[in-house]
Amino acid sequence: MLAVDQPDLFYARQQMAFSLGSHIVLACIGMSVPFMVVLAEWRGHRTGDLVYVTLARRWAKMMGVLFAVGAVSGTILSFEFGILWPRWMGRFGSVMGLPFAIEGFAFFLEAIFIGIYLYGWDRLPPRVHLWAGVPIGVAGVASAFFVVAANGWMNDPTGFTLDAHGNVTHVDPWAALFNSALWPEAIHMILAAFIVGGCLLAAPYGWAMLRGRRTRYERVGLLLPLTFAMVAAPLQIVVGDWAARHVAVHQPTKLAAMEGLYATTKGATLHLGGIYVGHEIVGGIPIPDGLSFLAFHNPHAVVKGLDTVPASDRAPVNVVRTAFQLMVMIGTAMLGLGLWMLLAWRKRRTVPRSRWFLRAVVLAGPASVAALECGWITTEVGRQPWIVWQVMRVRDAVTDAPNIRFGYFLLIAVYAFMAVFTVIVLRRLMRTPLPAELIASLESLEPVDES
Amino acid sequence: MTLANACAVVMFVGIALYALLAGADFGAGFWDLTSGGHERGRAPRAQIEESLGPVWEANHVWLIFVLVTLWTAFPAAFAPIMSTLYVPLTLAAIGIILRGAAFAFRKASETLHMRRWFGATFASSSLLTPFMLGAVVGGIASGRVPAGEQSGDVLRSWLNPTSMLGGVMAVVVCAFLASVYLAADSERRNHPDLVQFFRRRAIASAVVAGVVALAGVFVLQHDAPTLFHGLTHRGAPLIVISAIAGATTLVLLTRAKYRTARISAALAVVAVLFGWAAAQYPYMLERSVRISDAAGPHATLVAILVVLGGGSVLLVPALVWLFVLMQRGVLAGEH
Repeated sequence: MLAVDQPDLFYARQQMAFSLGSHIVLACIGMSVPFMVVLAEWRGHRTGDLVYVTLARRWAKMMGVLFAVGAVSGTILSFEFGILWPRWMGRFGSVMGLPFAIEGFAFFLEAIFIGIYLYGWDRLPPRVHLWAGVPIGVAGVASAFFVVAANGWMNDPTGFTLDAHGNVTHVDPWAALFNSALWPEAIHMILAAFIVGGCLLAAPYGWAMLRGRRTRYERVGLLLPLTFAMVAAPLQIVVGDWAARHVAVHQPTKLAAMEGLYATTKGATLHLGGIYVGHEIVGGIPIPDGLSFLAFHNPHAVVKGLDTVPASDRAPVNVVRTAFQLMVMIGTAMLGLGLWMLLAWRKRRTVPRSRWFLRAVVLAGPASVAALECGWITTEVGRQPWIVWQVMRVRDAVTDAPNIRFGYFLLIAVYAFMAVFTVIVLRRLMRTPLPAELIASLESLEPVDES
Repeated sequence: MTLANACAVVMFVGIALYALLAGADFGAGFWDLTSGGHERGRAPRAQIEESLGPVWEANHVWLIFVLVTLWTAFPAAFAPIMSTLYVPLTLAAIGIILRGAAFAFRKASETLHMRRWFGATFASSSLLTPFMLGAVVGGIASGRVPAGEQSGDVLRSWLNPTSMLGGVMAVVVCAFLASVYLAADSERRNHPDLVQFFRRRAIASAVVAGVVALAGVFVLQHDAPTLFHGLTHRGAPLIVISAIAGATTLVLLTRAKYRTARISAALAVVAVLFGWAAAQYPYMLERSVRISDAAGPHATLVAILVVLGGGSVLLVPALVWLFVLMQRGVLAGEH
């Protein structure tokens, strides 16, 4: 392997992080929201309830716009794999390419059925139309599973051996696909998608209710997606624990970066908050034996520290650790929000009265995205300096082509255009007046309690 | 046939389908751009929106199909192509983003001002992407992508006569396919004015395609002699078929046989693509990397063929359903 002299390595990494960080939000919406739309359509179809019928149609329109943006932002990634990291793809494409090939089919099915679903409304028989919506979400989840399989492989590279000259031999693409990181990572990702999709979709209705519009329309619009998110939230904590324990075993120095643990320790202390300065955590709340307990479910377990590898093989601790802590914090808050909702539902069969609840729902939208990005930063920056864990470094994977920074600048401009207009178009869709019959039926109901 | 050749054929089928389906969607963007002011262009633009809306995303996925097959089955060709030709590929990708996003935004917008803005973005990026992809093909076919980890000349690999020919040809061919398909769609939807509108454009673009192809003979002879030799020898029968199919399309268009014209137009395009493949065979990157050199290990080639076969079982019925619904007018646009 020749070392590459690439002055733009920084920009290559920024470009990849930026385009993945953008796409991940759209991908999450793309795999979770279809289930919410189909559920609303199903309820509307069964009961003839205009609230559900209207919500389903309006959500479907937004989903159509976001799917288009997600489809194209996903395509850019497959270009970037080759444009930015040709040495990685050239060397390992045959090892880890298979999940992408399968994902291609899932994406195909998504694109086909979203066309049929969006354009077949009122034109296909209602039951057929309803069922045409189901494969969109199922294929979306399958896409996530296979894409994360490739990411899992980068964390736990299996399915090949390296000979004495560093050549890739004995390739088994199926073993690479079913690497050990796949299951915890993929399930963690899919649950995250339901939290993000549910919180983002519920937030505008929380906002509307805070502004005094408290009809059944807003309540259902808030409750249906939020229920998806709040069912996923407690499961996510269990799966998150599983994922972290997997990292503890398979990527001990990544865990050490996530926790800021320098020295290998028996009965390692967990720190909440604080920053990592000169090999220790300053200003955090220490919990003795906490890290050993969390990582191995044994308070006396030995946790490997950053000192097990040379300094050049360590990830930037504060970035990884802060991202990880934020994610855990937001995840825990989500659990609290879910419990609040559950208690109110058991007592009064409706949304909690408190304005604070509505404020929390509005906040949960951006907070869920923040947690998503933090989780992604944790796993990706935590893997540094490796692109393939302990096999290939990022700097050995980058292209040697000159001036790649301009591609990054151009992409930022294009994404800014896309982001601005996505927001404008979505706002316009949300402000489309409700159908007159729905308004009439809503007005006949009591205006709900104002607290 | 070796496994590597089988994978190459499958990938090439993907390229052909991308050209026929997504190519026509890009071509429709070209006609969207040139169909005149708001009043005059209203009807053709509505037809274009209707014909593209439900299918463009599915058509676009053929590109993903080609890319993943290329990097999994032929990583030693994927890596040099992407690193050497990163400039046109980045521009093509940007065209893809702008085209898709602007098309979706336009559909969701009500005001004339915004529809115009998004329409212009959609249409101009529909030119950028096929031009750049055509330039990439030109760079590969004229032997300007070297093998190995070091990238070739990142400018001259696509700023060269063959690439420019490839780019112009791609734009013209996309416009040609689009106008033929749109004429047939307009006929089915019973819009005689639009049929004439697209028929004139189909005939014009067919003639332009013929002229560009003839000019291409001289370009290739001087700039890409190896490719030229391949096209005039092993690829010759396919090039002849393409020319005959193109001429047949012209005759069918003048006789108002639009549905049949779609088939001959598609044949003309597919034949020229396979002519290129035949001319280059056994090279994947002209003059530097053979198909067998580029191919990944045996186990991966088997796995990818298994996946492609298994995936088709789900994909083909779904695609057929989509196109049947389209042809029956079930998925027509706004109502």
